Amino acid sequence: MTDVLAVTDHRRGDLRDVSYEIITAGRKLADETGGDLHLAIISGTVDDFAEKANREGVDVIHTVDYGEEFNHDVYTQAITQLYDECGPQYVLAPNSVNGLDYAPAVADQLNLPIVTDTVGLETDGETLIANREMYGGKVETTVEIDSSPAVVTIRSAEWPTAEGTGDAVVEAFDADIDEDAIGSTVTGFEEVGGGDVDISEADVLVSVGRGIEEEENLDIIRDLADALDATLSSSRPIVDNGWLPKNRQVGQSGKVVTPDVYIAIGISGAVQHVAGMKGSETIVAINTDENAPIMDIADYAIYDDLFDVVPALTEQFQ
Amino acid sequence: MATQETMMKILVTVKEVATVEDEFEIEGTGIADQYLGADLNEWDDYAVEEAVQLQEAGIADEVVTVTIGPEDCEQTIRQALAKGADRAIRVWDDALEGVDLLDVGAKTDILRAVVEAEDPDLVLSGVQSGDDSFGATGVSVASDVGFQWGAVVNGLEHDLEDDQASVRRELEGGVEELTTIDLPAVLTIQTGINEPRYASLRGIRQAQRKDLDVQTLSDLGVDESAVEGDLSLTEMYEPESESDVTVFEGGADDTAGQLAELLREKGVAP
Repeated sequence: MTDVLAVTDHRRGDLRDVSYEIITAGRKLADETGGDLHLAIISGTVDDFAEKANREGVDVIHTVDYGEEFNHDVYTQAITQLYDECGPQYVLAPNSVNGLDYAPAVADQLNLPIVTDTVGLETDGETLIANREMYGGKVETTVEIDSSPAVVTIRSAEWPTAEGTGDAVVEAFDADIDEDAIGSTVTGFEEVGGGDVDISEADVLVSVGRGIEEEENLDIIRDLADALDATLSSSRPIVDNGWLPKNRQVGQSGKVVTPDVYIAIGISGAVQHVAGMKGSETIVAINTDENAPIMDIADYAIYDDLFDVVPALTEQFQ
Repeated sequence: MATQETMMKILVTVKEVATVEDEFEIEGTGIADQYLGADLNEWDDYAVEEAVQLQEAGIADEVVTVTIGPEDCEQTIRQALAKGADRAIRVWDDALEGVDLLDVGAKTDILRAVVEAEDPDLVLSGVQSGDDSFGATGVSVASDVGFQWGAVVNGLEHDLEDDQASVRRELEGGVEELTTIDLPAVLTIQTGINEPRYASLRGIRQAQRKDLDVQTLSDLGVDESAVEGDLSLTEMYEPESESDVTVFEGGADDTAGQLAELLREKGVAP
């Protein structure tokens, strides 16, 4: 029992990047355990996906040709059956919204421990050592799992994508899917965040976060955006509070933006936010907290109260 | 208006989470006490609000909260009662003292016992907790008790006809999945699904009189060995800063001036 079974992620006809990242993470673990890397591709155009995912490091690809889109019951049934077939030491899944919709159920049904949202993984063949953040990224921890096997989810963009053409064996796995056990049905998808403005097109974004404290304080941010002829965007809490519409949200569940200049005001820089703006050419952060994660990716920073700095900055352009 | 016999019972899982100040120190595998605060987990606040709204809409007739936590957390847990939940269950046991990482399997064993005892139609839990952020307990519990589930729900139609819930799941990249889920089910609730209310003074007063039932593992029929999880937290450290940030120093006028100059150099400011 030294193999690794990794599960790919796809949506609406495309394999998501994390599918290639999980090959890298899985290969490393399989090297450490001395086993094979198995890749599971479940639902959708599985043969096409198998061809794309057949990259260096994959030993076997198991395709489960059942249904088009993600369904957690189908995934849970297919993975638990593949587990019985392959007997892996570790089951790897993406820590995506869909990964979190089946990985805990897989762990529960196989009676295995689960560790989620890992950013680093290492094993000596017995103990799995996982790195993961706590307190919204303020600290990192090491978690050990002594009993194997285990289910592990990996954070996206932490491992490089696997490249190169692989020579994996592709096997159609005839999963026995119990349709009566499927208790949810996807009825459609909706793009959110349409509307009057497309923040991903902006050259300069003035972006505001939780540090603004109150809705009425947004005016000082609007004034700055106006003075710079920039576009206003925000991190998640501002949209959650209903202070700005969803089409202004930068981040994993919002828009990915790559402006020339991104000014992050009162934004701590949670990983979900950073995923949406780290490709900006120049990042400026205004925040009282010198240790805020945003400072790891900022090019320029002002460690001061935004209520002092922002009006002073606006004044510079008037 | 739903009839009496179709009224639903909702169980909401809630947790007091530790909050950390900007400046802090690590002691062993934890953060030193003096830098820690406590609050109701942000995601759970939205789950409580959703349950209370379902009750106000006449769809649910009882909202019960459950937490795993020591006596110290009762004040936080009463916040949910103050916002409209009817009663609370707090699970605690000597066996839980000093456990610094209660893993998903252990939480599942405990919460399964509560779900089985309460027999709700709907369980709402936060997507994750703000401290350890596993994001797995809700789905694990659903699987364990044989309920259906939906993870990362940011929209729920307040019209639970034909024993189904119509939800939106918030996928990555600004895409939402529309899904119908058979009841009973566990939904993990994402922030932004609603606007959590502030507790009224009247609500806070009433909360003090609401039932808060404390149960031990043996009360629930859960074996003590359940809390001995497979995971152990062995290290905690500050992430290595990869920052090569240029810091503008000085008072607000100085720093604003330096930033303005930079923006002009970049050609993005007048």
